[in-house]
Amino acid sequence: MDFSFNDNEQSFHDELNDFLDKELPADWYTKPVRWPHDYAGSPYRDPKDEETGEVFRKKLADKGWLTISWPKEYGGRGYTNMEQAIFDERMSYYLAPASGGISCGIVGPMLLRIGTPEQQEHWIPRIASGEIGFWLGYSEPNAGSDLGSVSTFAREEGDHFVFNGQKCWSSGAHHADYSWMIVRTDADARKHAGCSLFIVDNKTPGITMRPVINILGNHSFNEVFMDDARVPKENLIGEKNKGFYHLMQALDFERISLVGIGTFKRFLEELVEYVKTSTRNGRPLKDIPSVRHKLADLATRVEIGYMLFYRTAEMLDRGQEPNVESSALKVMATELARDMAEIAMEILGPYGQLTEPGERAPLRALVSRGFLESISATIGAGTSEIQRNVIAQRGLGLPRV
Amino acid sequence: MNLDKNTEQTMLDDAARKFLQSKCPSSLVRSARDDDAPFPQELWQGMAEMGWMSLTIDQAHEGLGGSFDDLTVLLEAMGAACLPAPYFNTAVVSATAISRSSATGLKENLLPRIAAGKLVSTLALIEPDNSYGLDNIQSTAVANANGYLVNGIKLFVEYAQGADYLLTVANTEGDGLVVLMIDANSPGISLTPAPTLDYSKQCEVFFNDVQVESDLVVATGEDARELLLYLEQVCAVGKCAEMVGAMQTVLDMTVQYAKDRTQFGQPIGGFQSIQHHCANMAVDVDSARYLTGLAAWKVSENLPAAKEVSMAKSFVSRVAIRVAKMGHQVHGAISFCDEFDMHLFLRKVQSASMAFGDSEFHQEKVAVELGL
Repeated sequence: MDFSFNDNEQSFHDELNDFLDKELPADWYTKPVRWPHDYAGSPYRDPKDEETGEVFRKKLADKGWLTISWPKEYGGRGYTNMEQAIFDERMSYYLAPASGGISCGIVGPMLLRIGTPEQQEHWIPRIASGEIGFWLGYSEPNAGSDLGSVSTFAREEGDHFVFNGQKCWSSGAHHADYSWMIVRTDADARKHAGCSLFIVDNKTPGITMRPVINILGNHSFNEVFMDDARVPKENLIGEKNKGFYHLMQALDFERISLVGIGTFKRFLEELVEYVKTSTRNGRPLKDIPSVRHKLADLATRVEIGYMLFYRTAEMLDRGQEPNVESSALKVMATELARDMAEIAMEILGPYGQLTEPGERAPLRALVSRGFLESISATIGAGTSEIQRNVIAQRGLGLPRV
Repeated sequence: MNLDKNTEQTMLDDAARKFLQSKCPSSLVRSARDDDAPFPQELWQGMAEMGWMSLTIDQAHEGLGGSFDDLTVLLEAMGAACLPAPYFNTAVVSATAISRSSATGLKENLLPRIAAGKLVSTLALIEPDNSYGLDNIQSTAVANANGYLVNGIKLFVEYAQGADYLLTVANTEGDGLVVLMIDANSPGISLTPAPTLDYSKQCEVFFNDVQVESDLVVATGEDARELLLYLEQVCAVGKCAEMVGAMQTVLDMTVQYAKDRTQFGQPIGGFQSIQHHCANMAVDVDSARYLTGLAAWKVSENLPAAKEVSMAKSFVSRVAIRVAKMGHQVHGAISFCDEFDMHLFLRKVQSASMAFGDSEFHQEKVAVELGL
């Protein structure tokens, strides 16, 4: 095996470091309210940081870096998936507001694969420029892990599909402009063979939303109701009734692009630094063997996470679908995020409970949040149980009963 | 980045798997266990003819000049076969030690013989007060006119009965450690067999006023310590590679069994509990393979590797046993039988997990590397 970057990758890596050092304040990583593999979308504590983040994000879009692995003719930079992975790693290590989000990480790559030339021409430039944002319309009250049983129905009527039904756990739907949605288009077909993918405008008459507050107190989720919402036929993406199979591919992108592998390294370093400089009952924390060994174990698993992450990029560059591999990455990384929070909580002791930053709250009171944040990590984008099913059935060929 | 074997390594792997499948089936592992001979001679000669003894020996000493990374490919295949022969002891530990020695006469004398499969050597390091690492070595080597006079006890010496040489670490008076290739037939050496879980025919070795000539000195003083630190890295990663090979075989056997075995009218592999066990095993195997690969690559490239080596050894030592035990669990009662192969792998990984530092020992080293 060879774990070195090639010359292009190394110089891109260096260029990213220079850019980040120049464009963000040195203590930027202390600003976002984040935890590895988080979903909860906590706002910055200081609104000024929000502005700094927006300016930074605009610079990334101007450089074409939100879409670096897209072809040049679609507003990308034509970089490899490995370079995309290096970008994701560096940005997440700095906790930079650099995610292209659902638009650039999932919808864009899917449109480039299964969209018609007209659809690509219509949507891709606006996604690449950061002009429009998407939410994922997958889960429904009775379709979670069993996604193939979605019951929101789209009835064909002239040059439209008429949508009736409900989506839930719709993260960020209230900030986004469009949904990337799976619905049923054939009531008679076997359940997985009757679904289709659509792009749905939030402003479509008949669509209403109800906010759902998550356990961190943030409005991140929504319930979205569709009542005779008319969606133009040209918004059908990919083949009609093949939506579930297209979605399987989209889920690979989700599992890879949401990892934010660098955040693991960042929080590990912060935790190590805390242990090096703190005492417990008059004894240096770093002298306690169980603490040392827990940190060593976390560091080892972070290293594994990096390799499982880079493996997916390597496979994409070889034209392979990292389907099972993205599930392995997801299950590994999310369980690490959870364990990291639990171990940090044990190491911090009673101080880990504090929810607001202050003199007595180590690591800016992020551990208590991470403790809650990481509950969603092993559930969203396919539970750990579903990932293990994927590994067992599609990876190892065990039977689906 | 390339997270797979390169072309040459793939060829080496194919050849090794084919050879070992035909020359080292599990029936041979059992007959080697039951036989009084230290190891199967025919297998040893066959391996020598494949060129394996000389893989990492340089071309000036009749070797193939391969990298340590290449060597791990072979070790993985050997772990998958539970190889009952002193390859690791001779071609990995001893050949590496001699190759890095500055004693040119020693190299010219011994390396071509190792390369030809005509010399078996094994490591005598562990002592009653020293399980892992280099601290607290009590065996003594007292310099005299012809070399050193060695006294001491060494434990867990694999294949000592079949060895021509014992690569021995002892403490001098004032000049730190010394590494010696001691002729196993020297007067003053006695052996007591100490059978262990993995059938590797280990012995306690007693040195009683053993005279070692100066042309068998591998390294002294600071050189010795440096050599041993490097050797510990090579050996720890080498053992990881063996475990990865064994784990992969356990996973393959278990998945196949889960597809074939029916209960309640369906293959047990259709049950989610079994699927999740298998998925966990698969992620463990992949993780172990990449961590081992990362450490092997760093060692091969002469990059600082202490952290990665200890990450690999601490992690792989732990999950290899976890995987082997889960293999037993999925197989059920058949796996508790001697005639079924699963226990050979459990024994193999148990032994490898303890060799050259167990999980906890290396976890502590990782903590040190993190600056703790």
